[in-house]
Amino acid sequence: MSEAQQDKATTNAPASAPTGEPPVPKAAVEEAKKAANKKPEPATRAQLVPAGIVGAKMSEIERAVPLDEPPPLPLNSELKVIGKRVPRVDGRLKVTGAAKYTADVRLPGMLFARMVTSPHPHARIRSIDTSAAEAHRQVRAIHILDRVLGNAELRDKSKELPAKFPIVRFAGQPIAAVAATTQAAADEAARLVKVVYEPLPFVVDMDKAREAGAPLVFPGPADQSGSAGGGGGPAGVKQKGNVRGPVRSGPHGQPPGDVEKGFKEADVIVEGEFRTQVQTHSALETHGVVADWKPEGLTVYSSTQGTGSVRDELAEIFKLKKSQVRVVTEFMGGGFGAKFGAGNYGALATHLSKKAGAPVRLMLDRKDEHLSTGNRPDSVQKLRIGARRDGTLTAIHLQSYGTAGTGTGAGTAGPAQNMYECSHISTEESDVFTHAGPAAAFRAPGHPQGCFALEQLIDELAERLQVDPLALRDKIDKSDARREERRIGAERVNWSRRHAPSADKGAVKRGIGVAQAVWYRLINLDSSVEVRLTRDGSVELLSGVQDIGGGIRTALAQVVAEELGLKPTDITLRIGDTAFPNGPASGGSMTTGSITPAARNAAHKLKLQLLEQVAPALDTTPDHLVMRDGVVSRDLPSTSKAYKSMTFKQAAAKLQTEQIAARASRNDDYGGFVFKNEKDAFGFGIGTYGGVQFVEVAVDTETGIVKVERVVAVHDCGRPINPLALESQINGGVLQGISYALYENRILDRNTGKMVNPNLEQYKIAGSRETPVIETILIEEYVGRNSTDAGGIGEPSTIPTAAAIANAVYNATGVRMYEIPMTPAHVLAALKGGAAKKGVNA
Amino acid sequence: MSKEDERMSVEESPKGGVSRRGFLKGAGLTAAGAAIMEGGLLGVREATAALREPPVVGPGSVSVTLKVNGASRRVDVEPRTTLAEALRFELGLTGTKVVCDRGSCSACTVWLDGTPVCSCMTLAVDVGSRAVTTIEGLAPDDERLHPVQEAFIEYDAMQCGFCTPGMIMSCAALLNRKANPTLEDVKTATSGNLCRCGTYPKVFEATLAAAKTGGHGRKGGD
Repeated sequence: MSEAQQDKATTNAPASAPTGEPPVPKAAVEEAKKAANKKPEPATRAQLVPAGIVGAKMSEIERAVPLDEPPPLPLNSELKVIGKRVPRVDGRLKVTGAAKYTADVRLPGMLFARMVTSPHPHARIRSIDTSAAEAHRQVRAIHILDRVLGNAELRDKSKELPAKFPIVRFAGQPIAAVAATTQAAADEAARLVKVVYEPLPFVVDMDKAREAGAPLVFPGPADQSGSAGGGGGPAGVKQKGNVRGPVRSGPHGQPPGDVEKGFKEADVIVEGEFRTQVQTHSALETHGVVADWKPEGLTVYSSTQGTGSVRDELAEIFKLKKSQVRVVTEFMGGGFGAKFGAGNYGALATHLSKKAGAPVRLMLDRKDEHLSTGNRPDSVQKLRIGARRDGTLTAIHLQSYGTAGTGTGAGTAGPAQNMYECSHISTEESDVFTHAGPAAAFRAPGHPQGCFALEQLIDELAERLQVDPLALRDKIDKSDARREERRIGAERVNWSRRHAPSADKGAVKRGIGVAQAVWYRLINLDSSVEVRLTRDGSVELLSGVQDIGGGIRTALAQVVAEELGLKPTDITLRIGDTAFPNGPASGGSMTTGSITPAARNAAHKLKLQLLEQVAPALDTTPDHLVMRDGVVSRDLPSTSKAYKSMTFKQAAAKLQTEQIAARASRNDDYGGFVFKNEKDAFGFGIGTYGGVQFVEVAVDTETGIVKVERVVAVHDCGRPINPLALESQINGGVLQGISYALYENRILDRNTGKMVNPNLEQYKIAGSRETPVIETILIEEYVGRNSTDAGGIGEPSTIPTAAAIANAVYNATGVRMYEIPMTPAHVLAALKGGAAKKGVNA
Repeated sequence: MSKEDERMSVEESPKGGVSRRGFLKGAGLTAAGAAIMEGGLLGVREATAALREPPVVGPGSVSVTLKVNGASRRVDVEPRTTLAEALRFELGLTGTKVVCDRGSCSACTVWLDGTPVCSCMTLAVDVGSRAVTTIEGLAPDDERLHPVQEAFIEYDAMQCGFCTPGMIMSCAALLNRKANPTLEDVKTATSGNLCRCGTYPKVFEATLAAAKTGGHGRKGGD
């Protein structure tokens, strides 16, 4: 029952009561309603929890902990499984090829589908003739889209002439799809669908799109729906032409102060204009589904980062109950932020399955993947920073423009708003619509762009003030984690040998640079887990959460194993299925912090149930029992006379029923959140994550080739659960950052509006030869906000890399890079002074 | 004039222009030239034999017997079917992944007679009698894994895992060629293998470790 229905039922009760009982006074009803709406504060206990950074400063602080929460975990050094380097529990499946991805699903009678997409960047569709495709003997169904997901939509639909088919707003926009008995036949039949277009003027270049009189992507203000793939900016923003904004606030509201006043207080002002390119996610497994429509419900195998969000969107589109839609993601081949919603392919495959009465597989090809499934917006950022002679920042002013194509959410202000202490901050972020595929969230949306500008300008400020870049950051950065990370990293990279800019003689010049990250403690409260124990001693964990490669399957096994005194391999993991308790979507480095506390709490509840049942056999009460190393025993030295024990298996055999189970959801953080959004079950946690990266580069000043030779990446993610997998993710963040800084670039031809490199050879991604020595260092930071105190590393690990490379290139050459990718052509131009003039202080 | 020469003279220039077949033969002759340089007179005969017209098959399905992981498997495929498609869709061997479908990412790497190839760039009908080894057939038996597979697990040389089968096939083939590779050798062997999660450092570590423990499994010739 929805809230509205509930209200109605309550209000109607007095009037409709047929029993002759006196009507309930209205005031009492209101009172009861208020009481029902106001959640009682849970009873808490004052609990001392470990807090601080191991190796730097550790103490204990008191937190108000709800009574049903398990006791706090000690530091990792005192634990058996958590914090240890545990090989992935699904490793064997992955190395033998047995792991089943969506692309590998094969159902009886399954059909293959291909999308029909627009070759034009902007057009009205006059007609669609499917007769030739229908006549193909292997074709079983055709569906034409009546609504395109992902694109922003006009607030006022009457601003645009009505159209029979959705207006085409980018080259590659899905129009229809065909299902046939083989992939080759589906490909053929898709080419037989005849679409007549009326091409319209278009603009794919952000600078051109900002000009007055530029072809309009939308003839009025437009917003991107929240479920459109995890990206999207705020709704209701003012819009003029293609420019939407500026947005001045951030998650904490509008930043404080008056920048004009701040700049007046400054002794030194540095400024620059920085440009970043569009990057596509390019996950190896393309977006896609196998949709299986049956009269009783829909099952969809989906390559997604959010089984729950795909279910919700499909239920809405097809007007099904959520219980009628099952989404399964056993393994998925990478997402990086672009795989949250059902997608046009998901809707199309479901329509086709419904029409054909057979399962339909629709996996995008590589070209469609580049064109229509999301990207990181580009940016042009004017950044200005004022400081006193002692380094104190007095003002930060950022004006940014970026294009998310037909989508929104190209802002870059996160780092400027949140990294450093400054009393006057102003950020103005504007989106620019272009006729290009809509952006989607991409690993720390806005942050690699924002850091590229901010961290270079902070370095420049240090140079102007004649202080070391690390010393300046020590002064203006209040994060304890980053302070420790700078210290550790500087020692490892041997920062003291860093020379003055362009000190190397000869053509190849080397340099060292540093940059740092800020990211947030984001929590999805709708994160649940069930843990089961069966009489034969087998333990299962069930959750809808999906493993996108970060290794949450293994982390969950570790958390449950730690609580029950078992090994991770003793736990059977059943995840990535909406038939199980709701799991969080995996994005924003949220998964670990959201789901591991629920897993521990469920395991703890299960443990209490088990101990309750076996305590009599051990002549004691449950609170005097411990579970360690596969043994349940009295909490006494084994030499003690009263010591009594049994194996975990023997204990399980004593269960009164065949199976016991316990379920838990993510509770609020101890002490609450900065803010909480009940509707989305979203909590914005107190505090931030950091991360500092040091980069050594070699720049060939004759060829313009930049080579990253070594990266020292020092990071924090709360309590590390599995350092082995965390290292892998940090490596990945660094490599994506190198790839972003030096190679990747989505190039749209301004004359045709088409992408000229929609493949994996001309869209260049860093490979083995571009991989430098990467040294990862994890610090342990405890804040005692939940039962595991663990967080994610996906976003922070990729935020500072491009900025650190740029700072290293400056140290090598004495020339600042205002634009990425730093291709040889860009670098040579900058060395000749072409790009350098963009920086006012250069 | 031999029969071979006769046919060539007929097809060389049917309407005074260059036919597609003639053009292809010309390309073949360049290769033949190279063979003559290398092989002397003996090479001439071999090069001429190579020009013999192949049997025409398709466009409908044809029956092909593939030797996959030691077993003979018959599949009916259209001539345009790639080996990757035949493995994945006809034989259910989905461990081999298709990512770019044009030979630029090596996710689909399998071995033909022990040599790593992109199965998306190889037609099933062209495999012939060569032995195909896929990721499913790399481990010596059901109990044991190939040392490279073991090392990939131990060193966490995987994240999402989609590049992993192709990556392992490239690294295991390297160890067959060179028992004690250097880091540069591993980088070269995997230079065609794209990993978007960025797991290369662990791939290098794992492969070098597997070499140290005597990383030989199957040679892929059986």
